[in-house]
Amino acid sequence: MVTTSVSVEQLERTARKLRRHIVKMLAIAGSGHPGGSLSAIDILTALFFGNVMRYDPKNPRWVERDRFILSKGHAVPALYAVLAEAGFIPEDWLWQLRKIDTPMQGHPSVKDIPAVEASTGSLGQGLSIGLGMALAARLDDKPYRVYVMIGDGESEEGQVWEAAMAASHFRVGNLTAILDYNRYQLDGAIGEIMSIEPVVAKWEAFGWAVREIDGHNMKQILEALHWAKEPREQPSIIIAHTVKGKGVSFMENNNEFHGKAPTQAELEQALAELAD
Amino acid sequence: MARPLGEATREAYGKALAELGRENPNIVVLDGDLSKSTMTKYFAQEFPDRFFNVGIAEANMVGMAAGLAASGKIAFASSFACFVMCKAFDQMRLAVAYSGNNVKIVGTHGGISIGEDGVSQMGHEDIGLALSLPGFVVLVPADGAETREAVRAAAEHVGPVYIRVGRPKAPVVYENGCPHFRIGKAITLRDGDDVTLIANGLMVAAALDAAETLAQQGISARVLDMHTVRPLDEEAVEKAARETGAIVVAEEHLLYTGLASQVAMAVAKRYPVPMRFVGLYDYAESGAPDALMRKYGLTAEDIAREAVELVHMRQEAVV
Repeated sequence: MVTTSVSVEQLERTARKLRRHIVKMLAIAGSGHPGGSLSAIDILTALFFGNVMRYDPKNPRWVERDRFILSKGHAVPALYAVLAEAGFIPEDWLWQLRKIDTPMQGHPSVKDIPAVEASTGSLGQGLSIGLGMALAARLDDKPYRVYVMIGDGESEEGQVWEAAMAASHFRVGNLTAILDYNRYQLDGAIGEIMSIEPVVAKWEAFGWAVREIDGHNMKQILEALHWAKEPREQPSIIIAHTVKGKGVSFMENNNEFHGKAPTQAELEQALAELAD
Repeated sequence: MARPLGEATREAYGKALAELGRENPNIVVLDGDLSKSTMTKYFAQEFPDRFFNVGIAEANMVGMAAGLAASGKIAFASSFACFVMCKAFDQMRLAVAYSGNNVKIVGTHGGISIGEDGVSQMGHEDIGLALSLPGFVVLVPADGAETREAVRAAAEHVGPVYIRVGRPKAPVVYENGCPHFRIGKAITLRDGDDVTLIANGLMVAAALDAAETLAQQGISARVLDMHTVRPLDEEAVEKAARETGAIVVAEEHLLYTGLASQVAMAVAKRYPVPMRFVGLYDYAESGAPDALMRKYGLTAEDIAREAVELVHMRQEAVV
């Protein structure tokens, strides 16, 4: 049973707005990663605006805040969009993405924006950092939870499985991973480059509580995130099946848009498709 | 002339860590299944709740240390110098150095003096890797007493630190403790006019022995314990260059990227004088530590020989 004052429809509307932000900031920047940003944005929207995470935009380093780490750092436009929507950064910063002398680094950087919890972009590192934070919460007897979004291609990194093994060994119930399973990596379909299947069985075998969802179904996302908060002595992972480039017809499942910004004409078409 | 052997620097590290643990509840320690060798076992025994044995997974260890540090902990992460620096370099780069997280990496079994286990376990290039990470303070203490101070100073310093310690018992350099240890300040162990010997780690004792040999030949050698490779004490280096006119650097590390390179850069920039280098040019092999140090040219005799040649070269140049 999901108890939230925010309706699914409201969240879907927010996600659509943030999709517009994503394509616009990428078009202005002229480079970046639309595919994996658009596949992740519904989940990020639910995390930040679905009464899941506790945070305070006026005090981004509040000790008891829940932490979110975007381990698949190339999807940073999605993170910046939610940080702006939540009030951590001004919305006009979004149009400075990747520009010199601005805080808007091409991948998440803790040095530039206090609400960014970990510098990422070298794949495979985020879950280990999140595990360290989850252990710190336990040592300090603090109530915060740590969420780490990992990518499917990223899951080919050995460090992800080192962290997975350690997290269940250390019994951290306050750590939740979310797999953005959009089935593509830079060089092509993940099943062809290096399959991570059977991925549910792998995480179960590593001692995690696992739930599989449609990563674009807001109701399912919310239910899974609230399921993850239930007290347990093992870490949890949500395997979210997503569509790369979701929401923009010509980007969906089109891996050309893994790391290519839309042109002005493409932006206009995308914005039209994403209109309220 | 051989100095009495004291405790291994890794032993001093382990004990210092336990001491610090008693004083500061914020200190946490991670190890990669080597706690009986890195000596983090002392901390683990006393503070099991604050000790995380991550198993044989160095990249995860350093990432976890970064997460703990980002949440207010002072995280010490240990493994053999070669493993932690080589296997977790990317994690050290992004999650520690770039992010400025308060992580202390302690590489034990540095250098070839680890001995019989051979190349796969030896830290030949760990200091160079640490130096290539902006923001890292890099410390290489000479004996047990200095290690204790280095560990304490590392805990007090806010930001990333790499400390390199060794496996064998270390000759005693500081008989009465090392109270004047300060990060970034060389310790002058012996004054001299003709040449300066700059060393760290086990090579400090060798440099002191070399200075005595040189004294018998009428050569007055200054000896600097350059325990901090970064930030380098450039003032002490320049002073040595100006006042003695020749410098020999000795280190138990590949010469391409360690103390020698740093000192040479400072000398070239501030006051160029002739220099010689005692250290490694290649990987070593299995063998008894003393035999390896002889075979690879890391003894007091090697330092003295280079110093003599350097001094003669200068005299000829003056004539």
